[in-house]
Amino acid sequence: MPFKLQRREHASRLMLIAAPLSAVVLSTIVCSGLLFILNKPVGQTLYSFFIAPFENFYSITEVFLKFGPLLLIAQALAVGFRAKVWNIGAEGQMIVGAIAASSVPVYFVDSTSDWLLPAMIILGALGGMAWAAIAAFLKTRFNANEILVTLMLTSIALQLLYYLLLGPWKDPMGFNFPQTVMFQNEALFEPLFSGVRLNTSIAIPIIFTIVIWLFMERHFGGFKLVVGGLAPQAATYAGFSAKKAVWVSLLLAGFAAGLAGMSEVAGPIGQLQRSVTSGYGYSAIIVAYLGALNPLGIVFAAFFLAVLQIGGDVALVSANLPISAVHVFQGLLLIFYLAVYTLVHYQFKPIRSASLSATSDHVT
Amino acid sequence: MSTLEFFLAGTFSAATIFLLAALGELVAEKSGVLNLSVEGMMAVSAAIGFLVTYETGNHLLGFAVAGVAGVLISLVFALTTITFLANQVASGLAVGILGLGLSALIGRDYESLTIPSTDGIQIPVLSEIPLIGPVLFQQNLVVYMTFLLAIIIGYTLKHTRLGLAIRSTGENPHAAQALGFPVFLIRYGCVAFGGLLAGFAGAYASTIYTPLWADGMIAGRGWIAVALVVFGTWKTGRIAFGALLFGMVSLGELIAQSMGASIPSQLLSSLPYIVTIVVLAIISTDKARMRLHSPFSLGETFDGTEGR
Repeated sequence: MPFKLQRREHASRLMLIAAPLSAVVLSTIVCSGLLFILNKPVGQTLYSFFIAPFENFYSITEVFLKFGPLLLIAQALAVGFRAKVWNIGAEGQMIVGAIAASSVPVYFVDSTSDWLLPAMIILGALGGMAWAAIAAFLKTRFNANEILVTLMLTSIALQLLYYLLLGPWKDPMGFNFPQTVMFQNEALFEPLFSGVRLNTSIAIPIIFTIVIWLFMERHFGGFKLVVGGLAPQAATYAGFSAKKAVWVSLLLAGFAAGLAGMSEVAGPIGQLQRSVTSGYGYSAIIVAYLGALNPLGIVFAAFFLAVLQIGGDVALVSANLPISAVHVFQGLLLIFYLAVYTLVHYQFKPIRSASLSATSDHVT
Repeated sequence: MSTLEFFLAGTFSAATIFLLAALGELVAEKSGVLNLSVEGMMAVSAAIGFLVTYETGNHLLGFAVAGVAGVLISLVFALTTITFLANQVASGLAVGILGLGLSALIGRDYESLTIPSTDGIQIPVLSEIPLIGPVLFQQNLVVYMTFLLAIIIGYTLKHTRLGLAIRSTGENPHAAQALGFPVFLIRYGCVAFGGLLAGFAGAYASTIYTPLWADGMIAGRGWIAVALVVFGTWKTGRIAFGALLFGMVSLGELIAQSMGASIPSQLLSSLPYIVTIVVLAIISTDKARMRLHSPFSLGETFDGTEGR
């Protein structure tokens, strides 16, 4: 190693901004190389990823359609990540939220009540929270690792979804497809403009972002979560409870993911089906980090990943690129971000004496 | 083969996937590195192992290339967390996402293709014993090697100088460095070894256990392997026992179907995940015991500076 990393006295503000930007540039370069090796059109793919999503009004509304759930879930996850509560099961919480919300139009097929949508909103949020509460309970009562529990709960939620779609909730007129009936208009959000899928549910993530920002930046409660995660002993000493941080983090994520799931079935999908989450629960983890776990940063990160997702859809057609290429890009993005983020707190120092090996250069 | 024989023999075969991956993760964790990308490493290796075996018809070559792929992916993780000091949990997830994406990209043209299955080794005389013969002495070579490896790893960690170096690094890297152990090198080596075994686990899954490639075929087994290390409280014998238990649970679906049980298949598919959660809760309840057994510096980055 020709250099070593030395801790900075003050965190670098420049690197805080440079880290996500260099992550984007580096991922783009590596991904281009990979496409070249795989004999895929590099220029065409990059055009599809970054330019095509802005080519027409419909595409732009589609970007915002993806932006909503990513923003909503990532804001909540970031609160937990700041407190070192590793909830990586937002995907499962989203599925259960979607299931709970769908129970309303599935069991009240003929209803045209104005209360359908409010009931779905409440049930969606409660469903996600209930699923997350299992992990919170097992963590606080039995000390069970929340990474593994939330992940396993996602697999179970998926099986629950399949069971309902193949069994009791299957649309009897649906030619045996694993999906429910199409929901009535009263169970759907209003489109913002005619002919697009973007709907009024976009208000939810925006309001949620403002609330989280106030909570984290302005209110004492945010401090509690940070302290609870970073220094449990100090937190206990100051009268804050680490258990409370676990509960707040998970319930908040369940709430957000549940609402995101609800917004999908009551929005662009209009029914409950197998691909209800589109992987938002996992992508939101990347969004939370890429946004430096900061409410404002997450807004930009969510927008960027939404563009990437729409770009991936375009590349699917224009460059015959599988959607997994987007996952590769997302993975690279987070890896590069995390590596470069280290330079916020550390700086490179050349090693003077060549005789010292990298592993023993600190021994004096 | 009777149903019972089929069930027990299948348990060992299914357990091999869990055990290989869990042993690799154990070694990485013993050195203080929590690598959560096991699922992704297995997926890439399963895809590459299948691709090579399909194209060449050579299982051994498939295994070797899959192992190399596992090592390469694990080195991406090592570079990020050990050299660039990034958060291990987040980096593990990131490399895992990358791995799953890569596996889908690599295996795209091979979706649902199959390769001829391999025969087990018939150990003379012993394989003729009723019940025990088919269960224990007609398995694939990889199954024997894996259980042998568990014993070797257990012994190495406990009784050798290398094992001492790994354990010291995992307990307290600052002290280990002061004692002259090459902490960075040890961690790199342990993570790469974990990648190698995850690679073999992936290859075993896609070329021997079910000789076909399907996107998402690892189906959470990498995560269960991570959980197994916790269940086994970082001890090889208990991890092997846990692997057999999960091998058995993962066959539950097949067995229930063959007996014509009327349980929804989705409930049976959920069984390994439900069991994981329940066992995890039971094992973790004793906080003091968990802290005693887990490597003390597990999950913490080490920047090479002297003690805290």
